Amino acid sequence: MNVFVIMILGFLVVCAVATAFTKSLLASVVIYMAYSVLMCIIWMLLQSPDLAVTEAAVGAGVTSVLFFITLKKIHAIRGDEEEDHHEEK
Amino acid sequence: MKKNESFWQKLLSLDEISYENPLDEQLIDAETDQPDSVLRQQSPVEYAFAEILQEEKQEELYIAERLEANSLHAWVGRQSKKWAKPVYSLLCALFCVALVVFLMSTVIELPPFGAADNPTNNEVAQRYLEKGLEETGAVNMVAGMILDYRAFDTFGESTVLFVAACSVLLLLKLGDHKDGEVSPAMLEAEWDDRHHEPKNDAILQMAARVLVPVILLFGMYIVLAGHLGPGGGFSGGAVMGAGLILYLNAFGFRKTGRFFTYKTFRWVTFVALMTYALLKSYSFFCGANHLESGISLGTPGAILSSGLILPLNICVGLIVMCIMYAFYTLFRKGGM
Repeated sequence: MNVFVIMILGFLVVCAVATAFTKSLLASVVIYMAYSVLMCIIWMLLQSPDLAVTEAAVGAGVTSVLFFITLKKIHAIRGDEEEDHHEEK
Repeated sequence: MKKNESFWQKLLSLDEISYENPLDEQLIDAETDQPDSVLRQQSPVEYAFAEILQEEKQEELYIAERLEANSLHAWVGRQSKKWAKPVYSLLCALFCVALVVFLMSTVIELPPFGAADNPTNNEVAQRYLEKGLEETGAVNMVAGMILDYRAFDTFGESTVLFVAACSVLLLLKLGDHKDGEVSPAMLEAEWDDRHHEPKNDAILQMAARVLVPVILLFGMYIVLAGHLGPGGGFSGGAVMGAGLILYLNAFGFRKTGRFFTYKTFRWVTFVALMTYALLKSYSFFCGANHLESGISLGTPGAILSSGLILPLNICVGLIVMCIMYAFYTLFRKGGM
């Protein structure tokens, strides 16, 4: 159990640092989602399942979706197809 | 060589790019006529042509954007001193380390987790735990605390969420507030949405068909059983909101528009907040003291028990659900 907790805390720190240092904004948001899921497990281990549910729904769900839309609106997400299209020209 | 040529041609013709949507004329026509149906009744050829035009414009805009970014980058490079960047990085690192040391020293000073002689284990918590079940009737002590003893705190939280939704509405809502009126900006957003967002995605739709009812049911369960077990208005509302967002993603605005419009959002949020205010705002006038509601608390553990906690949970759940959904729609299209 203890090893599991330490592993999750380690992953949490790795996720937090990776969110800040990733170049791609899209990857950064995905890592942030992973951070939220880990946080959700930690809430479960701290015996607060209500917070775990909220974290999963808001942190990993709604917030990331809002980030995705924002990235799409400012054209920060570019699909491979489009990228190839530009390189051909 | 040919690559470069076409690139420079584009560069030279940059000035001529108009930043208008090629569909603008049609859109304005559509506005005076019947707004939505005209857009839909375009012949496939016209639609394909407009799409190609739009794509070309997008591409030109993209190149213009990139050029601008490059020139900005070059300008910044020219303006900055050579030693500025390492000094800046060093200061950043120093600041981060100082912050970490400061916060960690505070954390080390904290009493151990769950120890019996912690300062949080005082007579307040003791009274809540000993008398809570008897006084509020809620088996879940957290619900008894946040929706009975401290209900005015939760009212403040719901209002904060509502104010956040209001500011997003002010910033992102397109068009007039009168229902049924369609402005050119709204039509353009509508077109953009239909063009770019996923539609008729078989995998997504199948997954949504299975998942959405389960998610909504689970959210309702969390809200309704908030006084019996872990959960409550906020978590349940967030889960329901996420379910609605999934449904919208899979099936589009035309399906969700049947049961959830801007009007629904306004009325549900208004009614839920006003109910909450009517039931609990007396706390502000009597100094957070308890008033007898006259409703019997019922048997602890039954679904219809613990007085006002269940209706308050439903109010909070509805507010949170509507606001989550509204955030998503406003971000995506600037309307519902």
